[in-house]
Amino acid sequence: MRARRRENLPGYLFLGPWLLGLMAITAIPMLLSLYLSFTDYDVLTPLSDAQWVGWDNYERMFTSDPAYWHAVRVTVTFALIAVPVKLAAALGVALLLNRAFRGVGLFRGLFYLPSLLGGSVALAIVWVSMFNRDGAFNSLLALVGVNGAPWVNDPTWALETLMLLAVWQFGAPMVIFLAGLKQVPAELYEAAAVDGAGAWRQFAHITLPMLSPVIFFNLVLETIHGFQGFTSAFVLSNGTGGPVDSTLMYTLNLYINGFVRLEMGYASAMAWVFLLAIGLITAVLFRTGRFWVHYSDSEGQ
Amino acid sequence: MRRPLRYAALILIVAVVLYPLVWMVGTSFKSPEEIVNNIGLVPEHLTPGNFAEGWHKFDVGFGRFFVNSAMVSLLTVAGNVVSCLLAAYALGRLRFRLRGMWFAVMIGTLLLPGHVLIIPQYILFRNLGWVGGDWPYLPLLVPHFLATEAFFVFLMVQFMRGIPRELDEAAIIDGASPYRVFRHVILPLSRPALVTTAIFSFIWTWNDFFRQLVYLSDLKDYTVPVALTLFIDSTSESAVGPMFAMSLLSLVPVFLFFVAFQRLLVEGINTSGLKG
Repeated sequence: MRARRRENLPGYLFLGPWLLGLMAITAIPMLLSLYLSFTDYDVLTPLSDAQWVGWDNYERMFTSDPAYWHAVRVTVTFALIAVPVKLAAALGVALLLNRAFRGVGLFRGLFYLPSLLGGSVALAIVWVSMFNRDGAFNSLLALVGVNGAPWVNDPTWALETLMLLAVWQFGAPMVIFLAGLKQVPAELYEAAAVDGAGAWRQFAHITLPMLSPVIFFNLVLETIHGFQGFTSAFVLSNGTGGPVDSTLMYTLNLYINGFVRLEMGYASAMAWVFLLAIGLITAVLFRTGRFWVHYSDSEGQ
Repeated sequence: MRRPLRYAALILIVAVVLYPLVWMVGTSFKSPEEIVNNIGLVPEHLTPGNFAEGWHKFDVGFGRFFVNSAMVSLLTVAGNVVSCLLAAYALGRLRFRLRGMWFAVMIGTLLLPGHVLIIPQYILFRNLGWVGGDWPYLPLLVPHFLATEAFFVFLMVQFMRGIPRELDEAAIIDGASPYRVFRHVILPLSRPALVTTAIFSFIWTWNDFFRQLVYLSDLKDYTVPVALTLFIDSTSESAVGPMFAMSLLSLVPVFLFFVAFQRLLVEGINTSGLKG
């Protein structure tokens, strides 16, 4: 095979739209938002009216805005509970489906359906109605004689109903787990069975280690996703983060500050801290991954 | 686990998972009295009244909202398919200076949370005069014509890497230019990746809310998700039926895609990050 010549001109022609997008839609806005985060700006006046305020926005965020820290707490709580539960549900159902039997395709499809619909406003509306004071969930509880709380209007339960909505969409990570389970060599299980290992030991010593790269992949994806929850919190609280700020997710707080209060400078500072936090969390996940993710081929290390 | 036990467990989980959806369909067809009194899933008297009432609930009919949503979604599909395909061909098949660096940058933008960019983008588009006005959809569409949805670029690069190199080599030895290779080798062979991109672009845009909420401020320009939030304001009992009816209608296109392309949807996108 002869060495191919370089294709600089066609390369950059085909890459052109993407490069333009990278500059105009991503890079320049990022720099603009970094600049804005040090200003006071209400978007209604020309950009030149943005007032330089130094570190004021960051100082205010960290020292004198209780709502900000509250939103951080709400978001971290949400991700810390919803993501592991969702992944556990996904793995559990994937294990149930990881056999050849009649109807397996149908089950897989039905479990996946919520992942397609669940992020929509329509589904959030249904979910909120279901957990209303006189919604379907309380009607079911009443059948067994339990007097349910007004879940979505109750500050102690509102966030939990949103977590449940996130867990309900376990289908997407489940499909990824299923693909991973198919890669585990059957010989390993056969050998373990010959050695007398039971189902639980096989799961702990074969399935989990072999699946750890896929678990890691899902964990990173779902964590990043979990921190960005917006739609369901917006629908539940009609855009306010209520009741009593209990569903004030980070992105919703950012939206309220930027587009309702028109404090674009302050909201930009929040966006940058968010970006750094997500980057940090991803880095930490990758760091800890070294200790528990096993790659069967050594090049993945 | 033994087979009957496995089936029993799965059927129980399916029942729990599908309950909200079945309940939504049932409630959409109940009369206002039945919504309060009948907690069962199936309405005693099927009434289509909620659909007519919901459709005309606001000053602008839902027909307009559906047309707006369809237009935004279809144009987004066109933009994503064309622009991501071009970028993927360059990054996946051509050899040019700094390609490795651009590929790394593309991977970097994959993990970039969209919420971080929404404020400066809004300010930028506003300064360009694209926000508001007679046709406020440019800020929603233009990014998709510039391949900013890195996920689809990545998906197509991965796919193109699976197309045998020998095909390009043979065509080039026959004197074909990279443009002809693109047109006659890569484009026809990339159809599966294009279909996957098209379907997911449509569904994600159809369901998208945040960006549409930010950019659409005039009732007649609303898309379906933004219009649905108008129901949340009216808390009266009588609004529940129409609200559910319109929510149900809004999910129909996604559901139809699900029925038609189930295998592709389930396997196509989620596992694409694992292969290659």
